[in-house]
Amino acid sequence: MSEYLIEFNNISKFFGKVIALKDVTMKVKKGEIMCLLGDNGAGKSTLIKTLSGVHRPDEGEIIVEGNKTIFDSPKDALDMGIATVYQDLALVPLMSVTRNFFMGREPQKGIPFLKTFDIEKANKVAAERMGQIGIDVRDPSQAVGTMSGGERQCLAISRAIYFGAKVLILDEPTSALGVHQASVVLKYIVKAAADGLAVILITHNVHHAYPVGNSFTVLNRGKSLGTYEKKDLSREKLLGMMAGGEELDKLEIELKEMNRINN
Amino acid sequence: MSDKSKSIANKNNINQDERLKKVSPLRVLLNRPELGALGGSILVFIFFGIVAGDTGMFSAYGTLNFLDVSANLGIIAIAAAMLMIGGEFDLSIGSMIGFAGICIAIPAIYWGWPLWMSIIFAFSMAVLVGYFNGILVVRTGLPSFIVTLAMLFILRGLTLAITRLITGRTQVPGLRVLIEDDPIAWIFATDTFKGLFNWLGSMNLIALRTDGTPLATGIPPSVLWFVGLTILATYILMKTRYGNWIFAAGGDKNGATNVGVPVGRVKISLFIGTAVASTIFATIQVLDAGSADTMRGTLKELEAIAAAVVGGCLLTGGYGSAIGAAFGALIFGTVSMGIFYTDVDTDWFKVFLGAMMLIAVIFNNYIRRKVTESK
Repeated sequence: MSEYLIEFNNISKFFGKVIALKDVTMKVKKGEIMCLLGDNGAGKSTLIKTLSGVHRPDEGEIIVEGNKTIFDSPKDALDMGIATVYQDLALVPLMSVTRNFFMGREPQKGIPFLKTFDIEKANKVAAERMGQIGIDVRDPSQAVGTMSGGERQCLAISRAIYFGAKVLILDEPTSALGVHQASVVLKYIVKAAADGLAVILITHNVHHAYPVGNSFTVLNRGKSLGTYEKKDLSREKLLGMMAGGEELDKLEIELKEMNRINN
Repeated sequence: MSDKSKSIANKNNINQDERLKKVSPLRVLLNRPELGALGGSILVFIFFGIVAGDTGMFSAYGTLNFLDVSANLGIIAIAAAMLMIGGEFDLSIGSMIGFAGICIAIPAIYWGWPLWMSIIFAFSMAVLVGYFNGILVVRTGLPSFIVTLAMLFILRGLTLAITRLITGRTQVPGLRVLIEDDPIAWIFATDTFKGLFNWLGSMNLIALRTDGTPLATGIPPSVLWFVGLTILATYILMKTRYGNWIFAAGGDKNGATNVGVPVGRVKISLFIGTAVASTIFATIQVLDAGSADTMRGTLKELEAIAAAVVGGCLLTGGYGSAIGAAFGALIFGTVSMGIFYTDVDTDWFKVFLGAMMLIAVIFNNYIRRKVTESK
């Protein structure tokens, strides 16, 4: 058994003449957060879709818990415990917290052919799970639309974990959030990893990635610039790798300013 | 109590279900989609109670009359509401009613089929039409508004063309004699609780005909179908996994697909639902009238959608209730019959229908904003 929970070796993906990904290699251990960074158009979306079974890689191999695997569909990946939380979160604002939490996987009770949705159990689990991450859902039958962006993100992650995720792929979980909300979500991600999940955190925000990540893979124009352990990589170096450094140096000062104001 | 123990007590409170009590009953009610229609129904009854209270509108006979009209509309409104919650429209409901009517009448009268076989044939055709509507919408990704609008014309045209081809006319009478002794027709054509009404008549509690039998002979079949379907639809929506899938499919198609809801299958089944409800409507009416008419059901699709909207369904899907649609139908049925008992010209009914719908949409829009408001 490999020490890595999931490995992607030399993954390539082509769309006609376009080389979307070329020889990308990533490995994630249990309890580790691997941040996947890249500017827009670097191939992050294609990589996520390949990881989660939407696309099949044209070259390379995916190894889950030491076994070579091929995902034919997102469901295949899900069945192996690889859950993806997309930016749209797959939450319906008009539906209740409970109904969203169990959407597509409702617990049932009763006799065959007359099974009912076990709403009491579902309410209990949903409230309990949200309570564990410090979100007090006053009433699990309240609409998700009443929750803040950070709470919704946490709900989506919590749902993935409840349904047996071993590898959690998070697509820009903090991009639409304010600094405070983002920190709530990041804290939860760290906790999830500490509980034994392997997390792949996709982001273009170095300031969100650097504090929580254990290792960092940078994508640029479809190619990996390599994977680095945190100890081998300073925040400045990471920023510089992502794109032209100067512009972002300026931005960092602005971000620090923002952090100061928000805290 | 010391500050410390207070804070512990507070904490315990937060960790228990007693939190639920913090939400005021009014707020819970406001979050229910059927609130508007319920309030509207009460207003309508108060209005007619004042204006037409002594005219016989609320006698046993009058009540059954407006209940019958409401129930007929309700049968299709509930199916339309479920489809709307699932995020789609069916504009072919009215045409399906006409089509189902001749699917019963022509085989029974011209081909010598037993009535029960014709009824089963009509329901089979309904499943086919619903499936076709559904698969077309799901596969092409076209708006159901357009797909079913096309079906509205196709079905009505087919109904007319086939009927005239086979019978040379546009009406098919002569069904009444076939109802007796038929093993299935009674489900759609029997007044129930006749004994109760006879007893009420004998006690002089309800109006009698000159021959001594009560004017209101029993609960019409439409009312029982209406009540039954309302209960069934509410059960499905609130209490089953499939119900959750309906809300999910209408609320966010992509999100629902991503978490494993079979959105396509759910939508197709809902289209079958509206076509089957149209056929229930048609069967009841055809057996009641003893004849099928090619123009039967014209514009019923819009009334059904109006009732569903008044009942709290959002046009964008993902929100609504079957009980709301039932009350929406009750409002329309009560007003359309009640207006005969007032001095108001019946021409004004459509004005009312339109105004009611407009108010409902504005109200619902406001409620939805409230429900989804961020903290």
